[in-house]
Amino acid sequence: MSVESWGAVLAEHQADLQASWLAEVAPPLAGRVTRQELERDGRELFGALAAGAAVSGSFSDGAYDELRAVLTELSRSRARQGLTPSETATSVFAVKTAFLRAPGVQPDAAFVALSQFVDELGLFTFEVYVEARERVIGEQSEQLLELSTPVVKLWDGVVAVPLVGTLDSARTQVVMEKLLQSLVDTGSEHAIIDITGVPAVDTQVAQHLLKTILAARLMGAECQISGISPQIAQTIVALGIDFGEIRTRATLADALVHALRSTGADVVRGAGAPARTGR
Amino acid sequence: MDRVPVLRLGGLLLVSIQVDLEDSTALALQEDLSQAVVATGARGVLIDISGLEIVDSFVGRMLSTIAAVSRVLDAETVVVGMRPAVAITLVELGLDLAGVRTALDVERGMRVLGSTTAPRADGLPLAR
Repeated sequence: MSVESWGAVLAEHQADLQASWLAEVAPPLAGRVTRQELERDGRELFGALAAGAAVSGSFSDGAYDELRAVLTELSRSRARQGLTPSETATSVFAVKTAFLRAPGVQPDAAFVALSQFVDELGLFTFEVYVEARERVIGEQSEQLLELSTPVVKLWDGVVAVPLVGTLDSARTQVVMEKLLQSLVDTGSEHAIIDITGVPAVDTQVAQHLLKTILAARLMGAECQISGISPQIAQTIVALGIDFGEIRTRATLADALVHALRSTGADVVRGAGAPARTGR
Repeated sequence: MDRVPVLRLGGLLLVSIQVDLEDSTALALQEDLSQAVVATGARGVLIDISGLEIVDSFVGRMLSTIAAVSRVLDAETVVVGMRPAVAITLVELGLDLAGVRTALDVERGMRVLGSTTAPRADGLPLAR
């Protein structure tokens, strides 16, 4: 079929095509996508296709911009609904089936069979590709989780976790486990959680921090929070977050000095050192 | 029924829990320990839970109870050697063991008790 001929079939039998598309697509998606949604998808899909076909036969032509938009929206909504790539692509391939069933179209049976077979090959390849890709992404985010939460030893008996980036439950879990394990491994009684690199603190992040600190306290270690910027301090007060007895410090240096003093050490400037300019 | 031994160490009592506690064992320990505090006049109780891998709310509450009972009997309780997984579990369970002091290991626990359990003002020895 050339563009003239399939365009003509579309112009003449759009309603029939939509109906047989729906009949093809609906059964496998039953229960997951509503019939109303599918009807709307079909209407938009064939409407945009007809609009494009009236102008050009090449999908890369600007005349198909609307169709591209419809397909983008369809793919996104299917992905959000948790459908597989194959189930999504089938919605598009069903257009072909609808055309082959249209009145007045006499397809070559052998060619149709081959075409459907190749479609299935394509779907299979794509399915495996997506799976492999998701595995890579999963591994990478896991590695990132590991990488982004180092526990550093600052002094004998003092460990620190510089947190960078947003804190969520999964990350807090990793931070908590690593920090607590390092307390055992290094025999440290002081831990400092530095949140200089945390862009925002909300009640949930505060809750996560509190849990970590409580757990450290249960193990017999004192935990401080440092790196609280003026903005974050104001946010904490505005949100009414109460850190209770937990010590919070403006800078990691302040927290370290406090930790050193509680271990019995004192920080003294040696003779001949330049005078302090800052705090 | 298994019993957890309560060892006397100078003016302190040392309890080392090496197995996962069953409810009955935990109750027996609570009983034994309060008896021992009275019998020995101990001023401090060290509970080493480094062997404990699993806790539930019952065991968590038992630790709090032991600490409270000991405090009534004028002895300070320090829980030492808690594993990270156990600490996380207790926090998730919402048990913060209020009133219980903690330390990383037995040695540090003894140091904690040493600084708080000064000899009695009445001049009596720590252990009778």
